[in-house]
Amino acid sequence: MGKIKVIIIRTAGTNCDEETAYAFQLAGADAALVHINEVTRGERDLNGYHIMAIPGGFTYGDDIASGKILANEFKFELKHQMRKFVKDGRLIIGICNGFQVLVKSGFLPNLNGSFESIEATLTINDSAKFEDRWVYLKKGARGKGQGASKDRCVWTKGIGDIIYLPVAHGEGKFMPGNRDIMKRLKNEGMIALEYVDENGRKKGYPHNPNGSIDNIAGICDNTGRIFGLMPHPERHITCFQHPRWTRKNAKKEGDGLAIFRNGVAFAKKNL
Amino acid sequence: MFWRIEIKEKEGHFDALGESAKRDINDLDLRSRAREVKTVQVYHLDGELQEPDIKTICEDLLIDPVTQEYDYSGSAEAESRFKVVEVAYNPGVMDPVEESTKKAILDLGIAGIRSVRTAKKYLIKGDLSADDIRLLAEKVLYNKLVQHVVKDPSEVSAEPPTYCFKLISVDLIKAADKRLKKISRDGQLFLDLEEMRTIKKYFVKLGRNPTDCELETIAQTWSEHCYHKTFRGLVKYNGKTIDNLLKNTVMKVTKKLKKKWCVSVFEDNSGVIRFDEKFNICFKVETHNHPSALEPYGGAGTGIGGVIRDPLGTGLGAKPIINTDVFCFGPPDHSYKKLPKGVLHPKRIMKGVVAGVRDYGNRMGIPTSNGAVLFDENFVGNPLVFCGNVGIMPRNKSFKEAHSGDLIVVVGGRTGRDGIHGATFSSGELTHESHGVSGSAVQIGNPIQEKKLVDTILQARDLNLYSAITDCGAGGLSSAVGEMGAELGAEVELEKVPLKYKGLRYDEIWISEAQERMVLAVPPEKIDALQNVFKKENVEATVIGNFTKDRRLRLSYDGNRVCDIDMRFLHKGAPRTVRKASWKRPRFSEPRIIPKKDLTGELLGLLSNPNIASKEWIIRQYDHEVQGGSVIKPLQGINGGGPGDACVTRPVLNSKKGIVLGCGINPDYGKIDPYWMAASVIDEALRQITSVGGKLDRCAILDNFCWGNTNKPDRLGGLVRAAEGCHDIALAYGVPFISGKDSLNNEYSAGNKSISIPPTLLISAIAIMDDVARAVTMDAKKSGNAIYIIGKTHDELGGSQYYKMKGYVGNNVPKVDTPTGKSIMESMNKAMDAGCVRSCHDCSEGGMAVALAEMAFAGGLGMEIDLSILPDSAHEDIKRDDTLLFSESNSRFIVEVENEAKFIKIMKGKPVFKLGRINKGKIFKIYGMSGDILIKSDVDRLKAAWQRPFKNM
Repeated sequence: MGKIKVIIIRTAGTNCDEETAYAFQLAGADAALVHINEVTRGERDLNGYHIMAIPGGFTYGDDIASGKILANEFKFELKHQMRKFVKDGRLIIGICNGFQVLVKSGFLPNLNGSFESIEATLTINDSAKFEDRWVYLKKGARGKGQGASKDRCVWTKGIGDIIYLPVAHGEGKFMPGNRDIMKRLKNEGMIALEYVDENGRKKGYPHNPNGSIDNIAGICDNTGRIFGLMPHPERHITCFQHPRWTRKNAKKEGDGLAIFRNGVAFAKKNL
Repeated sequence: MFWRIEIKEKEGHFDALGESAKRDINDLDLRSRAREVKTVQVYHLDGELQEPDIKTICEDLLIDPVTQEYDYSGSAEAESRFKVVEVAYNPGVMDPVEESTKKAILDLGIAGIRSVRTAKKYLIKGDLSADDIRLLAEKVLYNKLVQHVVKDPSEVSAEPPTYCFKLISVDLIKAADKRLKKISRDGQLFLDLEEMRTIKKYFVKLGRNPTDCELETIAQTWSEHCYHKTFRGLVKYNGKTIDNLLKNTVMKVTKKLKKKWCVSVFEDNSGVIRFDEKFNICFKVETHNHPSALEPYGGAGTGIGGVIRDPLGTGLGAKPIINTDVFCFGPPDHSYKKLPKGVLHPKRIMKGVVAGVRDYGNRMGIPTSNGAVLFDENFVGNPLVFCGNVGIMPRNKSFKEAHSGDLIVVVGGRTGRDGIHGATFSSGELTHESHGVSGSAVQIGNPIQEKKLVDTILQARDLNLYSAITDCGAGGLSSAVGEMGAELGAEVELEKVPLKYKGLRYDEIWISEAQERMVLAVPPEKIDALQNVFKKENVEATVIGNFTKDRRLRLSYDGNRVCDIDMRFLHKGAPRTVRKASWKRPRFSEPRIIPKKDLTGELLGLLSNPNIASKEWIIRQYDHEVQGGSVIKPLQGINGGGPGDACVTRPVLNSKKGIVLGCGINPDYGKIDPYWMAASVIDEALRQITSVGGKLDRCAILDNFCWGNTNKPDRLGGLVRAAEGCHDIALAYGVPFISGKDSLNNEYSAGNKSISIPPTLLISAIAIMDDVARAVTMDAKKSGNAIYIIGKTHDELGGSQYYKMKGYVGNNVPKVDTPTGKSIMESMNKAMDAGCVRSCHDCSEGGMAVALAEMAFAGGLGMEIDLSILPDSAHEDIKRDDTLLFSESNSRFIVEVENEAKFIKIMKGKPVFKLGRINKGKIFKIYGMSGDILIKSDVDRLKAAWQRPFKNM
């Protein structure tokens, strides 16, 4: 087959689209920047692509709540296209604002499989302000309940024990809708990334930069193909983006690139 | 039908906004504290909406079902236990969320929505009187320029009245001098008598009176803000007449240096230099002082929004890639009681300005990577807010030319009553009445509108759909169309300009400084294709007129002629000002400081001085990594790091080429001598560039002068000296100016007293770096490595932070020896290229002691420094340890060296002196000239002192 095709959705206020496209290109895919209007007006079909990325930014100014207005466009206007896209086994990654969009449109975690209910949210940081800082991340436990799975999330498969990425957001505190939802996320191994300190231990602020419940930084759905995270993997694809690369302790390749490679490799193998 | 919806956090959910409002309230030190603050978001929806529609809107759009609940029948919260303050936007002020909320309601399939207005309700618990509540609301919850406290929640803001055309002319041709002055004052024209007389003469010749619109157009074009009449006028100084200060100083440097990589300088909206074979880079820095003094959040936000449109309006449009910001505020611990009338507290201004830059820059997706913040008593009434932007564009898009016959197209946001008289208002002094009379001069920004504008303009540019572009900044359409059509002529039909709301008069449409608009010159055959590009992404592009060839500016409203004047008179007709300048060096008392044996306390004090202390609180609120190009960040090293000298950015992700940005500013030196201030801040900006690995031969600089009222000879004399300093030092360093801007009249008059800011010059430096992998940071890297100081230290504590901490200014302001400085910087480049420098930090505020301490704690490593091993030649005239440690002599660097032999060889013949080494432990020690221990501290303690002041803002 040819190159994996990635559609990078942008709209008013999207601003991490170009670097996300670059990360996918480095991972070997073709990436197209497409305005949401082209999709809602029927000029472009989502299903012509293997992977969809919703990049960071402040879509529609984050008015009302972060990601909410774009979330509703996916939820209502693109309902059928989106469901087909997911049912056909394609992949979605939402980064920062994109994660907010996936959660607020019901695509994540989508525990009841209906795409209808909002089961969690990303809300204002405990610090009540926007913060740009680097965080250490670890994969969540595989879970122990019925649906437990090792490496459920296809995007984080085989990444290092602890990875280092920047966050830059004001509304990134992950909150599940209720205790049962939290339990299922844990039991079924859907917590893809957690905030930790450099030794992998769970610590409070600033290691957990926003006050997320149980240090959750990223989750996936039960297929593992839909993945959302607050940190920015596209901002750590080369060593020069690492804040301490001049101390000569950084690897040449950034920790974030593996995530894009995983998505592209999975699509290549399965689609 | 009209609906009022209230949304609040569910019980048990943390109200982060309420918590942060509580912190701000309790900062005020009222008699009693607020125990709890809750916030309620209010939406007023109007339209053909039924109850089921409202339920859908609430549940599917307005609330977060996990954390929030809603009510549309009354109050969402039982309010009896609280004092309630509801804040709403004033009529006529754009509600920033209206447009997107309307769109989102339409997306839900609900078509009847007409308007959306929002308000915020604060519920406050505490023993606070009604007076306390009124005071705290005014101090921290709202700004009366754009908002008000709602008295009756059922009140609906009235529809603005419709406008009926009525031509207004001003009786000028018969007016005597006294009347001319009154016309200028009453109309907020800020024109002097000479200028009014010139205008009168022009219209006497035409045999008619001017319309209000004509007079406004002339006032705006001739304003200090747009015309720079002080800098371009005649100045009598020291028995000679300087004809055009700008041309004779700053611009002369560039002309003499003839750098091949300077593409377009002092011509376009920003200065343009070459980046590589494919791209050029442009850079512009502006100030937005007066608006930020009155409405810090909106003022600073539109400051950054405005400067972003400068690169966007340069050539055929550059993509904005880096923001810079530099602020000068009054002391954050200033007493509330001693604030002059009508002035906002420095802390309020600072928080508002930072939030304004943050929200605009972050939403635009432009990293804010470089800046500085300074504090001084004399900025209390008149803070300074400098905002800069760097853009990148293909080389073949660097020039523009409008043609007669091209259509005039306004793109982006709609025009409202915001920002009327901004250009003329910024040309006057602030007074305690400014809050009342100049309210409309403050604009409200909408960064997403501007982001859409950038996205679409760059597409239209790459399709070659227009022939010229410029931004609608100060002076609005008047300035943009007036400048673009200066050599051609222009005809505009004002009723075609899209408006935010009804009721604007023709002259208001013409001079409104509503944000997020650009003007394009479009060949008629390309108009359809152009409009299509904008339409696709929901941006308005409207034809409002065309460029002609008769060099007249003609405006009409609904077929009525409202302006018809000669472009030559408009742009060349202003009388040249003749101003007197004189300067006498002020004498400050010479400090008497008793020498101390232990200087640890002094160093800790300096590290906690607000001018030196960590600005991490600000830096982290800015997204400085968006676009993925950040290579050297503002904070460097471990655990929150230390203050980097310059930032390095890679604008093209698959290239190793980088942009280095640094800045120099020091109002404390300006108090003593503006010439040496200019010299020092140029040296500082260039030191910063050199520190990270940038080179002088690919470096350009920008000037931003902020001065008091230059109608006063002493203020103007200082300005002349600063401009002369710029000329001499930049020329000697071989560094051209590529752009600049001046902001004069930075004074605050309360009663009969006028307080001027200290003379302040910001020098912003930009350099192109071939390989970012060679960049160097300031954090100490490895124990055992040697520490050297490069450059000699002199007894130059005048204007130093050490003196300031002790309450003095002093007189020995640092000077610059350019031949030595240049050779030091060039040999530093060689040493860095050879890989011998592991870390490097420039010595600036706080002198070598602060630089050494910052390097040590940034790397989390101890140091052992011994001043007794310095030869006398390193500090010929210094006998005291505190002078040696805290003097701020220019052209000095501290470097960490791994291969000493190689380093010494490269630096041969330069003033290079060993100071000591990096230690294994965490102890930072300095021995004095006599060999006794002077300073001893754990580096963590030093760092804590540096981080403390702004930690819990």
